[in-house]
Amino acid sequence: MKIRYLVMALIVLSFTSLFIGVKDITPLDLLDLSDDKVQIMLQSRFPRMVTIVIAGVVMSISGLIMQQLSRNKFVSPTTAGTMDSARLGLLLAIIIFPSAALIEKMAFAFIFALAGTFLFMKILDQVKYKDTIFIPLVGLMFGNIVGSISTFFAYKYDLIQSLNTWMNGDFSMIMSGRYELIYISIPLVILAYFFANKFTVAGMGEEFAINLGLNYKFVVNFGLVIVALSSTVVLLTVGTIPFIGLIVPNIVSLYLGDNLKKSLSHTALLGAVFLLICDILGRIIIYPFEIPIGLVVGVIGSAVFIYLIMRRKAYE
Amino acid sequence: MVEVKSLFKKYNNKTVVEDVSIEITKGKITSFIGPNGAGKSTVLSMISRLITKDSGEVLIDGKDMGKFNSNELAKKIAILKQANHINIRLTIRELVAFGRFPYSQGKLTKEDWKYVDEAIEYMELASMQDKFLDQLSGGQQQRAFIAMVIAQNTEYVLLDEPLNNLDMKHSVQIMKVLRRLADELGKTVIIVIHDINFASCYSDYIVALKDGKVIQNGPTEQVINSNVLKEIYDMDIEIQNINDNKICVYFT
Repeated sequence: MKIRYLVMALIVLSFTSLFIGVKDITPLDLLDLSDDKVQIMLQSRFPRMVTIVIAGVVMSISGLIMQQLSRNKFVSPTTAGTMDSARLGLLLAIIIFPSAALIEKMAFAFIFALAGTFLFMKILDQVKYKDTIFIPLVGLMFGNIVGSISTFFAYKYDLIQSLNTWMNGDFSMIMSGRYELIYISIPLVILAYFFANKFTVAGMGEEFAINLGLNYKFVVNFGLVIVALSSTVVLLTVGTIPFIGLIVPNIVSLYLGDNLKKSLSHTALLGAVFLLICDILGRIIIYPFEIPIGLVVGVIGSAVFIYLIMRRKAYE
Repeated sequence: MVEVKSLFKKYNNKTVVEDVSIEITKGKITSFIGPNGAGKSTVLSMISRLITKDSGEVLIDGKDMGKFNSNELAKKIAILKQANHINIRLTIRELVAFGRFPYSQGKLTKEDWKYVDEAIEYMELASMQDKFLDQLSGGQQQRAFIAMVIAQNTEYVLLDEPLNNLDMKHSVQIMKVLRRLADELGKTVIIVIHDINFASCYSDYIVALKDGKVIQNGPTEQVINSNVLKEIYDMDIEIQNINDNKICVYFT
């Protein structure tokens, strides 16, 4: 796949995304926009499109970094307890500091996401049987344990509804004034670019990395901070979107390999394109109603995921 | 020169390396031999800072290893562990280019690429350099890893069981390359090897270990000797001279 096709698809789909919705706005209207249409564009359509693109980029890159650092193709923030830990942190923040500002709650959730991810990596170190499928299962179990703690507190403090909002990704509530947090992840993506070569070396394993003079522990920890912070940001703005951090990097790895310097841009673009497609589908299938993005991604994503597993089996 | 002075290492109160002192001669091939669990790989890993030592000293060109920073050391010593299960999808050329990481941190200069090209040529991998590692046979993979180490251009090249899982043809090929590294490029090669006949035919010096201790250490013809081998392996091993090589016969 050529990178320019991805760029073209991104532009076309982003543009398309702006013109889908209950209020009929066509590209022709751009020439002569009435006030209410300007409002809709600025208040809802544009923030939504930006959020989708950034979330797609960020989650794919987080997945890629995690797969590289854990040296396992099936690890991602949604299968390693990162998202679950962030949810627990956010829930506890709401219970313990109900009056704290959003950014403070986010910081609290971030600390939990980071701690959870570190714990998962520690568990990985202890597991002797490093089977490709076994490791993500450990991650899922770990995530479910954290998730059940969240559910317990959520029931106790009557917060089940909030918990469910973060469980299921949803772009329909994105409006100006409540999506800007996602911009925090842009510098993280840029940092990931600067560290691309170091992540690749770390992905060759600790002994390889030390041989090449890399400060292995620092690079791994730094990568996990990027992953935890961006997962938290996405959780707070759109909720959890399954599979994308898992399948997008895997597809790119199939045709480009694991040299991050080469594959990072492709992964970012494909992530955004994939999420835009899923979102557009979700908005037109039962128009004028909407299918939640989590569901669309889940259906398409699980099909691709099964294909990837089968392909891997055939390959082994 | 690498000097190792009374190295110790314990795992859970079990001593695996005990008072190992050796000097490794520059520009030669030194092989570590010995039965399983003798501590060969552990010593190699401590020399290359992959694992920490409990006590003792490792001096590289007279300077204590701990005084080097990791990146400096990566330009002096290259270590290749048994790398059969690396599962990252890189092409040969990308892998070899990462051998230049200590010099360039990934932003390769023209000069870096020259080293990469030379290393690929040296290992005769040019025709397949854009293939992914997971598309290669075990022998080709091992050659690719050695090419990376060559591109790293270190004075010392340490290899932990480089012949593991290779067939005879590829084993001979790898050993010949190591010989050339020492003879043509003046590298100091240190290997852990199980096959004593490969050790006998290709190395200049042999360090024989058993139960974490050095039993014998010296030129190859001195160590490949029935009495010494009996002490190390607890086996009667007959030694025959075939085409000027000392061959150990231990199969029956």
